[in-house]
Amino acid sequence: MLEINNLHAGIAGKEILKGINLTVADGEIHAVMGTNGAGKSTLSNVIVGHPAYEVTEGSILFNGQDLLAMSTEERANAGIFMSFQAPTEIPGVSMTNFMRAAVNARRAAQGREALSAGDFLKLMREKRKIVELDAKLTSRSVNEGFSGGEKKRNEIFQMAMLEPSFCILDETDSGLDVDALRIVAEGFNSLRKEDTSAIVITHYQRLLDYLKPDVVHVLIDGRIVKTGGPELAGEIERRGFDWIKEEAGL
Amino acid sequence: MSEQQYLDFYRAERETIFARSDARLNALRDGAFAVLQQKGFPTMKEERYRYTDVARDFAPDYGISLSPAEDAAPCPAEYGTLADSADPVVALNTMLTMSCRVVRIGRGERPEHPIQIVNTLRGEHPEMVSRRLLIIVEEGAEADVIITDRAVSKQQFLTNQVIEVFVGDGAHLNLYEIEETHLLCTRYSSLFMQVGRNCSVHHSSLTLFNGRSRNRADVALCGEHSEVVMNGCVIADKMQHTDCNTLIDHRVPHCDSRQLYKYVLDDSAVGAFAGRILVREGAQKTTSQETNANLCATRTARMYTQPMLEIYADDVRCSHGSTVGQMNEDALFYMRQRGISEREARLLLKSAFITEVVENIPLHSLRDRLLVMVDRRLKGELSKCEGCKLCE
Repeated sequence: MLEINNLHAGIAGKEILKGINLTVADGEIHAVMGTNGAGKSTLSNVIVGHPAYEVTEGSILFNGQDLLAMSTEERANAGIFMSFQAPTEIPGVSMTNFMRAAVNARRAAQGREALSAGDFLKLMREKRKIVELDAKLTSRSVNEGFSGGEKKRNEIFQMAMLEPSFCILDETDSGLDVDALRIVAEGFNSLRKEDTSAIVITHYQRLLDYLKPDVVHVLIDGRIVKTGGPELAGEIERRGFDWIKEEAGL
Repeated sequence: MSEQQYLDFYRAERETIFARSDARLNALRDGAFAVLQQKGFPTMKEERYRYTDVARDFAPDYGISLSPAEDAAPCPAEYGTLADSADPVVALNTMLTMSCRVVRIGRGERPEHPIQIVNTLRGEHPEMVSRRLLIIVEEGAEADVIITDRAVSKQQFLTNQVIEVFVGDGAHLNLYEIEETHLLCTRYSSLFMQVGRNCSVHHSSLTLFNGRSRNRADVALCGEHSEVVMNGCVIADKMQHTDCNTLIDHRVPHCDSRQLYKYVLDDSAVGAFAGRILVREGAQKTTSQETNANLCATRTARMYTQPMLEIYADDVRCSHGSTVGQMNEDALFYMRQRGISEREARLLLKSAFITEVVENIPLHSLRDRLLVMVDRRLKGELSKCEGCKLCE
């Protein structure tokens, strides 16, 4: 599904990713762990096409398509979804209008007709239940006045609405208490289809206990220095990153 | 034309003008002529004309019609008593206007429906229109008055209008001005309002589409316990120019005034807002709030903002502020990541910014209609003529 080859990228002239190779097959979940500043957020921003980041070398293929040649919105409409680490507040733009624009953009890209107002509201009601998102929140402006946990739940709600085939969960566990984490993780699991793939960026084992990754990567200083099975996450939780750095000769 | 050409025109046509119009209009013409002759057009060095070049706007060779309105009613005694006769732009109107429209709401009257005045510009040749309007809301009366400016011919027009508004004690007036013309239109509007005691006044000025506009509005609070709300909504792109210049004059104690002016400027549009609040000596317990918020969607759009507070009383609560911001890049990225095109995302942000002003409009049927119009305007679907019965 996603194939990253020798990716070099950075921001404001500073190179952060120094040759990433990563292949995520259909239906796989890959965890990316690493120290602060290792380049985890840069990796997710480059995949979704944040305009501030610059790719200097390498390629990303998404279902065989050249992802780097596509605009941010084209990537989204091709099925890529990012759950933001810090979801943006957009005063004055209602959740309803925002979601309607997003859902209909997705449908247009698929050559489907826009949803009627009634069908759209019905869809909102259905999907809201999955993440136990209060109806009051969907009548507000996007993320405005939402608590940290509500913002994260709102991200998974949007995922439910948009039904992406590839998800990036960028530190979705940060700022969540145990109950909220469970709701968000279970929401994600229930939304996952057999061929949905994901990259999960996290510092902790906690989220991975729910999401059960197939592969765990360790990203340090812009490179993937170690790749292993789900047990690697547990080992990092116990021993930290230093031993991996030593192993890698860093 | 230069001011000298306007003066020469008046001198040449004076007899015709006098023969065709009301004695009360004629009584003020020569005085107005003297003001324009003595002062000439205001330059941009003058405080209230800092952001708009009058001589340039009046320079084209406009035709001037000397036909009074067919159904012109006799001009009431209030005519010319409020307007700033020392302002040369007002003087030009006084010198050349051929008839005065009058909207009078009698004592205690409450018309069931809003009163709508539709100004339609049409013609084969460039033309200057000197429009004059008198609105008198007598004691205890209540009314909604909607004034819309439209242009149905693709022609250069210059409107120079003067509106005088008298709001009697205990009266309520909601006055809405909606400009939806085109790039070749220039509008000079000078509004003067006098508010009595226990009044409630709402004034909304919406510039949805224009060429160049300079809107002056002076409100004098002359009776205690009155409140005035002034709203402004400007949407401009291309080379459009909109300058709003307001004065709220708190002459007596215990009045409240609130202003909210918002501009969305795109392309190379220019906006200006100069709002002066004057709290005179003795106008204690005045509360006043002035806000001007602006969104410049491009680097070439320009906004001049000048909120002014002048207080000569010591027991008042007044505040003023202005902001000029750009598009929120984080919000744009967030929306685009959800598949919303950049164009649509920008539209949603602009609409979110400006609709606050429209939502303040008390007449709900108009508010709902305007929300649709604003949306269409931002989408670039000019709704000119749509809904207007005149040119069907």
